[in-house]
Amino acid sequence: MKTLSENRKAALLSILILIVSCLIWEASIPAQKAVGELTEYELLTGGGQPKAGVPPPSQVLAKAWEQLSNPFYDAGPNDKGIGIQIGYSIYRVLTGYLLAAAIAIPLGFLIGMSSVAYKALNPFIQVLRPISPLAWMPLALFVIQDSEMSAIFVIFICSIWPMLINTAFGVAGVREDWVNVARTHELSALKTAFTVILPAAAPTIVTGMRISIGIAWLVIVAAEMLVGGTGIGYYVWNEWNNLDLTSVIFSILMIGVVGMLLDSLFGLLQRTVAYTE
Amino acid sequence: MTKPFLSIEHLTQRYPDGQGGAFTVFENASFGIDKGEFVCILGHSGCGKSTIMNILAGLAEPTGGVVKMDGMHVSGPSLDRGVVFQNYSLLPWLSALKNVTFGVSARFPSWGKARVIEHSTAFLAKVGLTGDAIHRKPSQLSGGMRQRVSIARAFANEPKLLLLDEPFGALDALTRGTIQDELIKVWSDTDQTVFMITHDIDEAILLADRILLMTNGPMAQVAESVEITIPRPRVRNDIVEHPNYYAIRNHLVHFLAQRSAELSGQAQTPDQQPKPVRIDMTEDADSEDPEPATPILRAVEG
Ligand SMILES: Nc1ncnc2c1ncn2[C@@H]1O[C@H](COP(=O)(O)OP(=O)(O)OP(=O)(O)O)[C@@H](O)[C@H]1O
Ligand SMILES: [Mg+2]
Repeated sequence: MKTLSENRKAALLSILILIVSCLIWEASIPAQKAVGELTEYELLTGGGQPKAGVPPPSQVLAKAWEQLSNPFYDAGPNDKGIGIQIGYSIYRVLTGYLLAAAIAIPLGFLIGMSSVAYKALNPFIQVLRPISPLAWMPLALFVIQDSEMSAIFVIFICSIWPMLINTAFGVAGVREDWVNVARTHELSALKTAFTVILPAAAPTIVTGMRISIGIAWLVIVAAEMLVGGTGIGYYVWNEWNNLDLTSVIFSILMIGVVGMLLDSLFGLLQRTVAYTE
Repeated sequence: MTKPFLSIEHLTQRYPDGQGGAFTVFENASFGIDKGEFVCILGHSGCGKSTIMNILAGLAEPTGGVVKMDGMHVSGPSLDRGVVFQNYSLLPWLSALKNVTFGVSARFPSWGKARVIEHSTAFLAKVGLTGDAIHRKPSQLSGGMRQRVSIARAFANEPKLLLLDEPFGALDALTRGTIQDELIKVWSDTDQTVFMITHDIDEAILLADRILLMTNGPMAQVAESVEITIPRPRVRNDIVEHPNYYAIRNHLVHFLAQRSAELSGQAQTPDQQPKPVRIDMTEDADSEDPEPATPILRAVEG
């Protein structure tokens, strides 16, 4: 036992922390008093109503079990399984994100290769980048006239900047020696771009993609709260309106889990393109 | 005068000196290299050897002057001019083998994949890299191994002109010897021309037909062209016995130790070529040797 690996130790500790904090959480929720024990005052002020208090973890767990055992049920517009809601959110995130990548990466290449293009586009990037993606929402709704497309547009606009800037930065930073290798081998511009510049800049580009997907996932929740209809953000808001805090907590956890999965996917990609000089 | 294979005419390179002025690395450097010749260039650090090589490779534009190969202006790099860079310049995301196949498939686009790999593996083997080492990334190789991959990449492309910037700098004496032999073999089997920068006088004498000597910068000149009058094939341990060996060596040492500094900074006349120097102690009659071996210097380097 004394030769537990570091990872094992860390995993055990994580589980311990989880259990302890759940126990503390569970213990700190005051039990609802039975009606007979209520004072007159409490009765008058409505204290006897089932209170919308923070639910204990046992309830959240039960909710999770219930939801995850049938994640794809669809019982009308306001009652869909968590799987369907998350599916909608992922679909929006990926559509907006892929559109952004399709523009940001080639444009970033151009900016990175040509200092004229960099200087010409830099002021626009600097002004547009700090705008909160949700600030675009009213304009998007007005111009696009479609809430679904507006949500996708907001994802597009928030995920484009990190990818654009990182691609430009990565491409501009490719060591001249490596470009010289391509030049002495008379590679065409296109071949140089794909066989030298792309792999050389890939770690920086993928870092940008990873930042972008993280931001996109943050923004989709807020965007769906605004546009409504479907999606995990709408689900959270809807359950809040139903005062179903158990579902709110459960969906918050799900948002975290999906975000982590998306991030680790890019972590994997990052590892495959990494190189040491 | 017949035009040599490679002719460097009035080459001038200036860089801004950071204070608004210009700093001249060399001015009006002119020399020629014949087809199939093996030429080494010796000079102190910073005199502009790599700068000349980058211009010959077509990677840098000189401030003035031209380089002609086969009568054609050199503008931009070409597969006919292979380069071994001073800092290896391997692509770090590719394995050693892929770094070589990268070059080979660019050079011989019609070859199939198997042939490219076979050719590349053969050249890696020539520089002593075999087995699983060739599948490792440059970061997992030692400095000397990286240098050998870089050499294999250039050799495998069989360029007309091979430009080597201190190709053996990071190698131990034994590996250096093997690869020098390999270089000579590759060179004598083909009609390749080699232009090599080195800091090692003995290496230059062993390999070169002719050694160009550069004075110190700034305003460096290619001052002399010393013919190596030792017949080939030259064997490392035997050439020291040759009567010309120490005479040539002393001349070179004397130049680098003293005259490179004395001559430095003198502007060159536009049509000046490096002064040809021929030292041959085996021909008694031919005693136009301007600088006989000096005993004082023999003591210095001994
Ligand atoms: N891009 C540049 N800008 C300004 N100065 C430069 C540049 N490249 C080289 N130099 C200068 O030109 C001179 C010659 O440099 P070069 O690299 O050719 O030297 P070298 O003879 O190859 O030296 P070493 O033997 O140390 O490799 C140096 O003084 C260097 O500072
Ligand atoms: Mg150099």
